[in-house]
Amino acid sequence: MDTSIKVLIVDDFATMRRILKNILKQLGFKNLVEADDGTSAWDILQGQSIDLIISDWNMPKMTGLELLKKVRASDTYKRTPFLMVTAEAQKQNVIEAVQAGVSNYVVKPFTAEAISDKLEKILK
Amino acid sequence: MDVKLINPFINATINVLETMAFVNVTAGNPYVKKDNVAVGDVTGVLGLTGVANGTISVTFEEKCILTVVSNMFGETMTELNTEIADAVGELTNMISGQARRELEEVGKVFKAAIPSVITGRNHSITHYTDGPKIAIPFSTENGDFTIEVCFER
Repeated sequence: MDTSIKVLIVDDFATMRRILKNILKQLGFKNLVEADDGTSAWDILQGQSIDLIISDWNMPKMTGLELLKKVRASDTYKRTPFLMVTAEAQKQNVIEAVQAGVSNYVVKPFTAEAISDKLEKILK
Repeated sequence: MDVKLINPFINATINVLETMAFVNVTAGNPYVKKDNVAVGDVTGVLGLTGVANGTISVTFEEKCILTVVSNMFGETMTELNTEIADAVGELTNMISGQARRELEEVGKVFKAAIPSVITGRNHSITHYTDGPKIAIPFSTENGDFTIEVCFER
């Protein structure tokens, strides 16, 4: 797994961004960028080159699903790995995310191992 | 109130605290709460809509939530502040999410609002409906917390 890539973490809760940053740092990732909703994330994606997006679903302004759809419609990011990390894991949510092109899905609460396993799969 | 609506919140609370904060949690006996005064120092409240409308709340004693968030962050937290409030909101969100998944398996589908957080000694918890408030006390090695589940009659 290439840990030199730039990762964008998107969650409206600072707590979750901090937990994910801690896990990613333990895995060796150093190049981490944060956004607190989909709109801010999209602005960052326009200004920087991002290699992996890890996003919550339920956020104000622009949800994780809306961000995923914009990302997949973009020439620059249509193939960029997109990991959804969310408490929204009812069947319809998962179906919608898969249809929109999510790379993988982690349900909150999660362990560090669950994040690591999913990243191994999508960054192969 | 249908007891089948309560158990998923108890299961979710135990799992979220154990998974995210490595805290062993013991549930006490549920009771009907008669007043609006919180049993603790910081509360997350979240509205639910679906087959029934209601709210859940999660109230922590200060010592308990400081331990929980310290474990989540891997560093010692010493006072109730905006970081603790944010964490209580996210914990409430995760408990709601897991409980809703369990409820969906028995055909009860709910949507959740974004949680709000209240802090301060003897603060009040406003549930959005006038149904009975079922409180479930939990104990940990470092203090107690209580969840309340309230659905419309």
